[in-house]
Amino acid sequence: MDILLAITVGGLYATGIYMMLRRSVVKLLIGLGLLSHAANLLIFTAGGVVRGRPPVVPKGELHPLKIVADPLPQALILTAIVISFAVLAFALVLIYRTYQTVDTDDLHELKATDR
Amino acid sequence: MSNLLVLPIAIPLATMAVLVLFWKSLRVQKTLGVIGTFVMLAAAITLLITVRRDGILVLNVGSWPAPFGITLVADLLSCIMVLLASVMAVAVSIYSLTGIDDARVDFGFYPLLHLLLMGVCGAFLTGDIFNLYVWFEVMLIASFVLLSLGGEQGQLEGAIKYVTLNLISSAVFLAAIGVLYAATGTLNMADLAVKLRNFHDADIVNVLAMLFLIAFGTKAAVFPLFFWLPASYHTPPVAVSAIFAGLLTKVGVYALIRVFTLLFVSDTEFTHSLLLIIAGLTMVTGVLGAMAQNEIRRILSFHIVSQIGYMLMGLAVFTPLALAGSVFYIIHHIVVKTNLFLIGGIVEQRFGTGKLKEIGGLLLSAPLLAALFFVSAMSLAGIPPLSGFFAKLTLITAALQAEQYAIVVTALAVSLLTLFSMTKIWSEAFWKAAPLNGSTDQPKPQALTRKANSLLFAPAMVLVTITVGIGIMAGPVMDLSIAAAEQLLNPDLYIHAVLGEKRS
Repeated sequence: MDILLAITVGGLYATGIYMMLRRSVVKLLIGLGLLSHAANLLIFTAGGVVRGRPPVVPKGELHPLKIVADPLPQALILTAIVISFAVLAFALVLIYRTYQTVDTDDLHELKATDR
Repeated sequence: MSNLLVLPIAIPLATMAVLVLFWKSLRVQKTLGVIGTFVMLAAAITLLITVRRDGILVLNVGSWPAPFGITLVADLLSCIMVLLASVMAVAVSIYSLTGIDDARVDFGFYPLLHLLLMGVCGAFLTGDIFNLYVWFEVMLIASFVLLSLGGEQGQLEGAIKYVTLNLISSAVFLAAIGVLYAATGTLNMADLAVKLRNFHDADIVNVLAMLFLIAFGTKAAVFPLFFWLPASYHTPPVAVSAIFAGLLTKVGVYALIRVFTLLFVSDTEFTHSLLLIIAGLTMVTGVLGAMAQNEIRRILSFHIVSQIGYMLMGLAVFTPLALAGSVFYIIHHIVVKTNLFLIGGIVEQRFGTGKLKEIGGLLLSAPLLAALFFVSAMSLAGIPPLSGFFAKLTLITAALQAEQYAIVVTALAVSLLTLFSMTKIWSEAFWKAAPLNGSTDQPKPQALTRKANSLLFAPAMVLVTITVGIGIMAGPVMDLSIAAAEQLLNPDLYIHAVLGEKRS
């Protein structure tokens, strides 16, 4: 399972970076989305994958009896998903507004600030 | 007493909440926006005094014990940074009373400014690496909106580059946190310091160090990850550029100093030599970029890059004196850089442009402005007896003591080039005669009332006074920097403060 997840993470990173190297702003945004998903999945994998063991202490015990899933990486991912969702929503509005103003979605034509 | 620690975060948050209630009233927003920064300044001063007297302050939020809950920590470096952030907040909020147009205030400039300050102070005060990420994001989201507020073409194009690069560095930061947690099983920085000290696999630690270097290096605009900065920092209104120039890259530098003095100190042979090379290259590329530019704010933007190199240099040399030099340099740089941007903004208000070809003759028409610029520019270039001189002197002495001669030569040469590019602004904007047939297609400057004018000048004058003051009072400021550096180089103090005596 770890191997499969590792390959998926690698694939997501590769696809994300490939998309970001395109000239279209929309593809840049898709690339960013994939990149943040790759990071989330990386945390999930790095936290250790345990099947079907909720981190709950049974009644009358002081600590869990078997190995349980670590809840912290999932809390981290939850926070990170919320943040990246907000930022991507902002970026989407930003590129739409830029498209309206500059009338292009080609990154190579966004040169007003370099002149 | 340690509840004091929450104030620099809570005050901007409260101010922002109140400001949002008065969304429709510009006058109330402006007044409260400025008052909020003054309250924050008072809290920051109290915090610095308390920490200087009692040592490192720690607050476990919600009383969860240290490695499990969220921890806020204030050591001297954090307090100095929070204080500087508040001083810049006061200066910029007063400047923006007339420096920001009403349309932007109407769209929430002041609430966003306070949100930005909350993120910045949170990043300085947190003792938990994941919370550092969260505060970074709070700060970044505010800065994204501030950067694109107004929606001019240049702003939007700059914002795309800025947003993209910062998102990439955040993704790298997040991945680094994930791997770090997998390796050590903790996120509390003090706990991490203990666990990384004798970590079994040195290679993994180095990989983590490099991931953090990339993440924070992008935010701090070090070589070769700086190119988003000159592309975006000159596009928004001056008040926004000024607070960005003063604070945002410095949060990255602060994070680098924090992780490379607390967490990744086991293999300094590798990490800190790499930092030294990066520092040198950052200085050189930044100043060469500045020399090629012909617009005030673009020159200043490239200078930020160049001076990040000096701050890294102290960290890379890694002796108490060198780190003290870094801290002193940060203090000096934040004040001077914000001020130069504000002065550049006054020039732009007067001529409607910052292009050096189209302006001139300011020495005669605005002697006070010329004097303010002259003092700040000389301070930036490191001419005695101004603050920049002592900062550079300390760094260079420390590097000589550590026998790092290459970086000394680089730093001195870059200082000369800095002086050269400052002279360029001076001779073009202030010294040469005003162009006769002022270009007609440029937007004409608006005539300012006396009150508006004094509101623009007051922050610049106060900041120049601070620069000169740091130069004259170099002794006490140096003592403070040395004390901060000693705390940084003695991570046990930090670990004891957070985890208590039983650990470490």
